[in-house]
Amino acid sequence: MKSGRGSPSAFYKYTSIEQMKKKAKILMFAGALLPLLLFVFPLWKITLEAPQYPTPLGMYIYINDFADANPHDIKNINLMNHYVGMKYIPDAIPEFKIFPAGIIITTIIGLLIAFKANYKWYLYWFILMGVLSAAGLYDFYLWEHDYGYDLDPKAIMKFTNPDGSIMGFQPPLFGSKDILNFTAHSYPQLGAFGLALGMGISFVAYLIGKKNNKIQ
Amino acid sequence: MKKIHYLLFTLAGVAMLFTSCNQQGNKSSNGALSSSAAEKVYVAPGEHDEYYAFVSGGFSGQLSVYGLPSGRLFKVIPVFSQDAEKAWGYNEETKPMLNTSHGFVPWDDSHHPDISQTNGELDGRYVFINGNNTPRIAKIDLSTFETTEIIEVPNSAGNHSSSFVTENTEYVVAGTRFSVPVPQRDMPIKEYKGNFKGALTFISVAPEDGGMDIKFQLLMPGFDYDLSHPGRGASHGWFFFTTYNTEESHTLMEVNASQNDKDFIAAVNWKKIEEYVNNGGGTMMPSNYAHNVYDEHTHTATSTMKKEVLTVDPTKVPGAVYFLPTPKSPHGCDVDPSGEYIVGNGKLSADLTVHSFTKMLAAIENEKFDGEAYGIPILNFEDVLAGTVSQPGLGPLHTEFDGQGNAYTTFFISSEVVKWKLGTWEVVDRQPCYYSVGHLMIPGGNSRKPFGKYVLAMNKITKDRYLPTGPEVTQSAQLYDISGEKMELLLDFPTVGEPHYAAGIAADIVKQRSKKIFSLTDNKHKYATTSDADVRVERNGKEVHIYMTMIRSHFNPDNIEGVKVGDKVYFHVTNLEQDYDVPHGVSVIGANTSELLIMPGQTETFVWEPKQVGVWPFYCTDFCSALHQEMQGYIRVSPANSNIDLSWSLGED
Repeated sequence: MKSGRGSPSAFYKYTSIEQMKKKAKILMFAGALLPLLLFVFPLWKITLEAPQYPTPLGMYIYINDFADANPHDIKNINLMNHYVGMKYIPDAIPEFKIFPAGIIITTIIGLLIAFKANYKWYLYWFILMGVLSAAGLYDFYLWEHDYGYDLDPKAIMKFTNPDGSIMGFQPPLFGSKDILNFTAHSYPQLGAFGLALGMGISFVAYLIGKKNNKIQ
Repeated sequence: MKKIHYLLFTLAGVAMLFTSCNQQGNKSSNGALSSSAAEKVYVAPGEHDEYYAFVSGGFSGQLSVYGLPSGRLFKVIPVFSQDAEKAWGYNEETKPMLNTSHGFVPWDDSHHPDISQTNGELDGRYVFINGNNTPRIAKIDLSTFETTEIIEVPNSAGNHSSSFVTENTEYVVAGTRFSVPVPQRDMPIKEYKGNFKGALTFISVAPEDGGMDIKFQLLMPGFDYDLSHPGRGASHGWFFFTTYNTEESHTLMEVNASQNDKDFIAAVNWKKIEEYVNNGGGTMMPSNYAHNVYDEHTHTATSTMKKEVLTVDPTKVPGAVYFLPTPKSPHGCDVDPSGEYIVGNGKLSADLTVHSFTKMLAAIENEKFDGEAYGIPILNFEDVLAGTVSQPGLGPLHTEFDGQGNAYTTFFISSEVVKWKLGTWEVVDRQPCYYSVGHLMIPGGNSRKPFGKYVLAMNKITKDRYLPTGPEVTQSAQLYDISGEKMELLLDFPTVGEPHYAAGIAADIVKQRSKKIFSLTDNKHKYATTSDADVRVERNGKEVHIYMTMIRSHFNPDNIEGVKVGDKVYFHVTNLEQDYDVPHGVSVIGANTSELLIMPGQTETFVWEPKQVGVWPFYCTDFCSALHQEMQGYIRVSPANSNIDLSWSLGED
């Protein structure tokens, strides 16, 4: 390797241990703030495509709300789904209170760690966020499953699988799936990317902190 | 090098293939439509046409919407005639739209659609169209493609030189074809001459909401005012009207109104008259005419009788009106995109007369007068003449322009469209029409900026052109490609009613403004039921009001009891859908009116007067969903003296 800015010898010319520490701290600070994007941008989006819907039906999932992708989409999804006995998408669910509180609390913890704690705590925060996100996703899956399988016994149309069991209409947790005449897509949105990026950055902050610690 | 040789050989081979194909094609088509004509009008499934054409329905009283170049019919917009399909003039909301000073008039003869303009170019907000028989002007809103305003024109009869708009839609103009006593009175017909008047009506159009109001009526001599068009560009501020029957005859008109070698084009300086009336000029005349307005939020029309109209005597406004002598009984009056040339299509003349606006102004300036008629100066023919298209055909009726310096004139008797050059007056091309063409239309052809790609010829006779359907055969239009030096006939297509005239516009200007649904939250209908919680049935003496909702796939309520023979039952039905293209319809056995066809978010009302005891079903009349057949309900009708209370329900066993 030629000597230059990229080489370790040059690196030390420009950075000191203190600067490294500061860098990790700033990253942790940014990482803790990024999940707040969830208050502005949606977490997830479910889209339903069918020939009769040249503009697909879509629903954004925010941490505190369900929202139409285009005006009246949720009303029209409900209208479609009542034929197979699915419940209406509720106006509010308990998660709309729990998720925002969770994000605010973990952000405060993250900021405290950035200000006060050492780099090991960056990893703990990363793990905490990972566990909570996994729990959130599992909760989302449970809701979707209930939504797709807890059908009105007086449903207008009843469908069965080839094995004779009642057909469910659970949208995919992640990815795309054909459900009767619809193709359902389920993908994370900007808010989720903010969360993931924040977690990623906190982990990078941890790595820098760790490396710095070794050099020390 | 070798590679290049191969390439050249291949290209030559391909070229030969194409050439031979063409030759074969020519042989087999034998001078009739070539396959390329079919390709030019083919709009693939799911694709959109390039232009909208709004074609008048003539004696159907309506306005139909076609796509060009395909000639496919999209919608017949009810305007002046009742339409049971859409409940126009049948439901309680739209009955007031057909109110006039003569009472409810369920029909008219619609003639000349014209699209609103801004700076002389089509802006695609509104289409105006005239009712010829009971003089009215209607406005169609192109965000909903529905008629939203109709104003009756008093002192007019045979509202034919209408409904053309000025360059910024300041006015929509309505001229009378038949002169009549003004105000109307009991008098001998023989005393027509010198006593009858021809009213030219200038209806202002409010820039913000398009609201129409008669600004003034110019009371002209008792000629027949046949057609008109506005000046544009330099001639903006003027309006031009053709006249016939300057003889002022009142009987056997085909002979007696065809005696003068020259009639007139009346040039009206409306800006001057506008100034005159703004300064208090004119005479307010007692009158009685209907002004009907449909409100998009209440989904309801109201009719107001207006009691006076401002009239202007043209001789009281010096310099406002001049007559341009024009041979002979001119029909169409058409102004080119620059505003310089005014074409008088003298239908009984061998030649086509074109006047010059510049020369007209100079003649006025230099007072080159050739007498006067009822105090209105007649300009000297030679001093206003721009040129003559010599012997272009027989029976010229109408002219439109392509914006490339060419004009296209229809000839009724020789049944053809003739292309000629403005300025040199030479004939460039002629193509036959099948048969006896009346109007023609180039999208934007009467604006500063025509879309000069197609011309649509609207024929008066079709004879053997289509499969016969008994003595009454279809009406028809024909589409020509005018993008080349020679015109090429591309397509025949049938039309609804007699296609008097049409207005065309690039689809892109209109289609993005087209509404998909009516918002339920904006529904201000007096009897709207915007949520299921408000569903109810109320009795007021013999009147029963049902506040009903409809959504896939049920009515709420769908069981109603307590109605009696002799009641007047109002079904006020709100479509709760908020999805594109999910209308529902409704009617009930024995209703003496049409169905309702209700768009998402809209409320409509029909009246049912049950005459027989029984349990009578009602149902959705527009296939709405997989459970459309189940979208039905029952209404129980008891004897007049029964004491069953009103009750209503949905889903109760």
